[in-house]
Amino acid sequence: MGRYSAFGLLRGAFNGQSHWQPAWRHPEPKAAYDVVIIGGGGHGLATAYYLATQHGIRNVAVLEKGYIGGGNTGRNTTIVRSNYRQEALSRMYETSLKLWQTLSDELNYNVMFSPRGALFLGHSDSDMIRLAEKGDAMRTQGVDAELLSVDQLRKVEPLLDFSRDARFPIEGGMIQWRGGTARHDAVAWGFARGADMAGVDIIQQCEVTGIVREGNRAVAVETTRGRINAGTIAICVAGHSGQVAAMAGLKLPVESQTLQAMVTEGVKPMVNTVVMSQSLHCYINQSDKGGIVFGGDPDNWPSYAQRGQPMTLEGAVAQGLALMPALSRLRMLRCWGGVTDMSFDGSPIIGPTPVDGLWLNGGWCYGGFKATPGSGWLFAHSLAHGRAHEILEPFSLDRFERGAPVDENGVGPMPNHR
Amino acid sequence: MLNIACPHCGPRAQSEFVYERTADSVVPLDADPEVAVAALFTRTNPKGWDEEIWRHTHGCGSWLLMRRHRVSHAIEWVKPIGPEVLP
Repeated sequence: MGRYSAFGLLRGAFNGQSHWQPAWRHPEPKAAYDVVIIGGGGHGLATAYYLATQHGIRNVAVLEKGYIGGGNTGRNTTIVRSNYRQEALSRMYETSLKLWQTLSDELNYNVMFSPRGALFLGHSDSDMIRLAEKGDAMRTQGVDAELLSVDQLRKVEPLLDFSRDARFPIEGGMIQWRGGTARHDAVAWGFARGADMAGVDIIQQCEVTGIVREGNRAVAVETTRGRINAGTIAICVAGHSGQVAAMAGLKLPVESQTLQAMVTEGVKPMVNTVVMSQSLHCYINQSDKGGIVFGGDPDNWPSYAQRGQPMTLEGAVAQGLALMPALSRLRMLRCWGGVTDMSFDGSPIIGPTPVDGLWLNGGWCYGGFKATPGSGWLFAHSLAHGRAHEILEPFSLDRFERGAPVDENGVGPMPNHR
Repeated sequence: MLNIACPHCGPRAQSEFVYERTADSVVPLDADPEVAVAALFTRTNPKGWDEEIWRHTHGCGSWLLMRRHRVSHAIEWVKPIGPEVLP
């Protein structure tokens, strides 16, 4: 399996493009691995990729119960940004954003990272004060942020409703120009191909049904394709974190809820940036195919159904249409839902667990996609060294009992109040 | 959208109700700190039946205990919270 290149494509033109090979193997699971990663989404595949390429740990399996990238990796709104106020979050997401910038070259796979700007709108004086404060906090931490006046905003997003009698009058905004979007499936495929080339076994259609413990140590997983022994087991399963952790007797500080997104028919370029709002919960961007992608609130009640309720969808669309009335002419093509593991402070839980040899990477709430490369990089570093990377230390599983939550929104410890 | 049978008002649309928390996360005032922390900050989070506290916020305002399935969304029963239920 060679590298992808323009030359290869050109050569293929003379042999009917018959040189293409599958991008990863479909190996049978071995009896034992040094590291078994449960979950073949972006985070699991990225962890495997960096374990193999950065730390030389190649005897790794990624177990996926369905097909890779079929969970939240394929269900998000593809937004990438690192505009956080708190230092712990800022460092972690900025690590990730820096990796996004070179990810296509790194993986030799076009993840279509498009830093078109992540824009937050302000609808009142207090919104603008909060945005200015947040922008200051970001710049102090070396992350780019620019406060925009209404006149500047008009040039960035001319289709927003700037009238004074708008439902959500626009007073300005704050933009992180390095933020943007990426092609979500390509992220899973790129990491899978890279990991596979480095020797990682990606085993699909292999559901973990149990975690075998000897004393306080997790030593193996039971799967639908037999028992697999493991030196280290890493859980990267997003919405089902609680389910899988329960197999090892753990009860996690997460509640699984549905998060929905939807997309319209494709149209010519009309939304230039990723439009979000300080006061509303609606985010809009235009995919490279031209579809307008909408996202909104989680459904705010527990569910594993991977389908959302129309109320939430309607709310997000109503807000979007109020911000950008021209969108009202578009037809909605699809809507879908994913299961998010909402943590109690809105921040991820990533690090070791009370069970030896068992690590957790979850609790990403609705913000996991943008963290994919950073999460994989930092988590692989942690697994390789046997202790959480310094940047991940604030996101430990025991932070709630220690009274040290990482609460960016300051809304308190309830997963349904995000 | 769920159709929730409020014990006081009858069947109503879910948009009148607000989910609060799971029943097992209610902490008695005299609970041991370790028990209280575990109840407040961890969840069984089953992919199946669980008991939840909801409130008929945009209706009669009463607190309700509901047994609901997390995948099918089927509701087995709804009870008013009172001296006999979750005191």
